[in-house]
Amino acid sequence: MQRRGDVFSVLSYLIRRLLLAAGTLVVVSVIAFTIIQLPPGDYVDGYVGILESMGDVITEEREEALRLQYGLYDPLIVQYLGWARDVLAGDFGLSLEYRIPVTEVIGDRMWMTVAVALASVLLVWLMALPIGIYSAVRQYSVGDYAFTFIGFLGLAIPNFLLALVLMYFSFRYLGANVGGLFSNEYLDAPWSLEKFWDLLGHIWIPAIVLGTSGTAALIRIMRANLLDELRKPYVVAAKARGMSEWGLILKYPVRVALNPFASTIGYILPYIVSGSIIVSVVLSLPTVGPLLLRALIAQDLYLSGAIIMLIGYMTVVGTFISDLILVWLDPRIRVADGQ
Amino acid sequence: MSSVSEPLPPDIPAVAAAADDRVVVATPLQLTWWRFRKHKLAIASAVVLILFYLGAALAPFLAVAEPTSGEAQRSLMPPMTIHWFDVSGFNPHVYGMKGARDPKTFKRVFVEDPDTRYELKLFAPGFDYKLFWLIPTNIHLFGLEGEPADEHLFLLGTDVQGRDVFSRLLFATQISMSIGLVGVTLSLVLGVALGGISGYFGGLIDTVIQRTIEILRSIPTIPLWMALTAALPRDWSVLQIYFAITIILSIFGWTELARVVRGRFLALREEDFVTAALLSGASRPRIILRHMVPSFTSHIIAASTLAIPEMIIAETALSFLGLGLQPPAVSYGVMLQAAQNVQTVATTPWLMVPALPVIVIVLAFNFLGDGLRDAADPYSR
Repeated sequence: MQRRGDVFSVLSYLIRRLLLAAGTLVVVSVIAFTIIQLPPGDYVDGYVGILESMGDVITEEREEALRLQYGLYDPLIVQYLGWARDVLAGDFGLSLEYRIPVTEVIGDRMWMTVAVALASVLLVWLMALPIGIYSAVRQYSVGDYAFTFIGFLGLAIPNFLLALVLMYFSFRYLGANVGGLFSNEYLDAPWSLEKFWDLLGHIWIPAIVLGTSGTAALIRIMRANLLDELRKPYVVAAKARGMSEWGLILKYPVRVALNPFASTIGYILPYIVSGSIIVSVVLSLPTVGPLLLRALIAQDLYLSGAIIMLIGYMTVVGTFISDLILVWLDPRIRVADGQ
Repeated sequence: MSSVSEPLPPDIPAVAAAADDRVVVATPLQLTWWRFRKHKLAIASAVVLILFYLGAALAPFLAVAEPTSGEAQRSLMPPMTIHWFDVSGFNPHVYGMKGARDPKTFKRVFVEDPDTRYELKLFAPGFDYKLFWLIPTNIHLFGLEGEPADEHLFLLGTDVQGRDVFSRLLFATQISMSIGLVGVTLSLVLGVALGGISGYFGGLIDTVIQRTIEILRSIPTIPLWMALTAALPRDWSVLQIYFAITIILSIFGWTELARVVRGRFLALREEDFVTAALLSGASRPRIILRHMVPSFTSHIIAASTLAIPEMIIAETALSFLGLGLQPPAVSYGVMLQAAQNVQTVATTPWLMVPALPVIVIVLAFNFLGDGLRDAADPYSR
C-alpha cells in the first residue's frame, strides 16, 4: 500500500466523519427545537407568566408586541434558524422555572456528566480489554465461563435497576449511601485537589453501574475477534519459531483484534450517555440527568432543549475523538464502507 | 427450491448421520428448527417466555385482588408467609396481619395475628372478571377459603396504597410484555421497508438511508424518549399513551433491524438463485417476496427477538421516571416508581420485586435471540 494513498484515505475518512458529526448535530438540533415547540403555549406565555409573578401587568397589546419582537409569527423554519443561531452563539434562552439563563442553571452539571461518561468509558476499556484477551486465550476455562456468565448478567440488567439494587445492598449491609458525587463537606466547596480526590472516591460507583453492560458487550466482541485471529496460520508460524506465548499474542493478534474493538467505542458512548441520564436520577448525581427530568416535568422547555442539545454535542465530539483513536490505531481504515 | 442444490455442510451431525434423505428434502425452516433445538439455553428461555405470556393472558385468573383496589389500612404490608403444615398435617394457611406500632421507632409494623387463620384454597371465588376477555367468571386459581371480605392473600406484600403487589405484577406483565411486541412490530415494518429499499436499490437511496441510520444510532436515545413522552398531552387515555409510547420507541428502534435486512439483501442479491430467477423473467416484486424474503425471515425473527428486550427496558425506564405510562395503567416501570429512593427501598424491599421479572424477561429474550441467530442460517458453517 502506498503512503500517499494512506494519507489521502485517512483524510477523506476523517472528513466523512466530520460531515456525519455535523449532520448528527443538525438532526439533534431539529429534534431539540421540535421538543421546545411541541407543548401548547409559547415562550411569550411563559415569559409573561414570569413578569406577572414579579408584579408587572401585561396587556394584550404588550403581549402581541413581545410576540412580534421574538419573531413568534415567523414561519417555523425562520424561528428554527434564529434559535440555532442563538445556540451557536452560546445563548440557550431563559429557564422559565429558575428565571435565569439556561447556561447558568446547567453550570457545572454538564462537566459532571462528561466526567461520569468519561470514567465509564475508561472503566469499560480497562475491564474489557484484559478480560477479553484472557477469555479468548484461555477459551472454555473456568475463568472464561465465569466472565461469560457475568457478562450476560451485565447485559441483561438494565443499569438503573442495577443502581437501585446496588443502593439497596450498600444501604442495608454497608450502612452507606452511595448516591451523589461528593461528600457533604465538598458539595459547595470551590475546586481543589481534595475535592477532586473526593470526586474520584465517588465516581467509580456510577462508572461501574454505567459501564457494566458496555463492558460485557466489549468482552464478547474482543473475545470473538481475538479467537478468529488466533486461528490464523501466522500465529502458528510465529509459535513454531519459538516466540513466547504472551509476547506473540500481545504483539500481533491483539493489535489486529483491537481495530473492530475500538470502532465500537463510538457506539458505546451514546449508550453510556443515554444511561447516565436515568442512573443519575436514581443515584442523585449532580449531572444534567435529574435537571432534564425536572425540566421536562415542569415544561421548562428552553432548559430541556438546551440539555438535549448539549448531550448530543458531547456525544458527537466523543464519537469523533474515538474515530481519531481508530485512525491512530489502524491507518488502513477502509474508505468504502463504514463497517 | 434452490436450497436443495446447495452442498451439504459437514456439521448438521444430529441429523446428517441418521437421515441424510431428511436433510436433503428439508425446508430451510425445518433445518433452522433442527439447529435451534440444539441450543438448550435458548429452548429453556423460550419456555420461560411462553410461561410469562401465559401468565399475562391468565393474569386475572391468577391474581387474587383487583390491581387498582387498595385500602389505606393495608399500606406497605410485608409479604405474608404461607404456613404449609399445621398439627393435622399438610394444610396450607395464612394468618391475618395486624397493624401495630413499633414501641421504639413508632413506625407502623405488621404482625401475624394467630387468632385469624385463613385456609388456602384452589379455585377460590374472588373478584369478577372475564377470562380471555370473553367468559365472565369469578373463579381464581387460588385464594382464601370462604373469601373473607376483610382479608386478602398478599403473597408479595402491598404498596403504599394498600394494593396487592402480586396481583399488580401479573397485570403489569400484560402491559410490559405486549409493549415489546407492539413496539417491535412497528420497528419491523419501518426496518424491513427501509432496509429492503436500501439493500435492493443501493446507490444514492442506500447512502441516504445508511447515513440516517448512523446519525440516529449516534444520538443518545433516553433523553429524546424522555422529552418526547413528556410532551404527550396530559389528558390522553391510557390506550392513547400506550400506543404513542410504542411509536416513540420505534422511531429510534428500527435502525438495527434495517441494518440486518439490508445486509441480507446485499448478500442475497449476488446469489445464483436470484440471478437465475432474474434470467427466467421473474418480476422484481416476485424475486423479493417469493425468493429473497423467505431465505432471511429467520434472520429477521432473530433480530426482532433481540430488539424486544430493549423496548421493554425502555418502557420500564420511562415509566420508572414517571414519564411513560401513567398510574391507572400498571407496568413494571409504573410499579418500580415506588422504589425510587433509598429509604423506601431499604424499609420496603418487596417494592423492588418488579425488577426481577424485568431481568428474567430480558435475559430470556437475549438467550432466545442468540439461539435463533445461530440457527437462522442453516447453511452456514
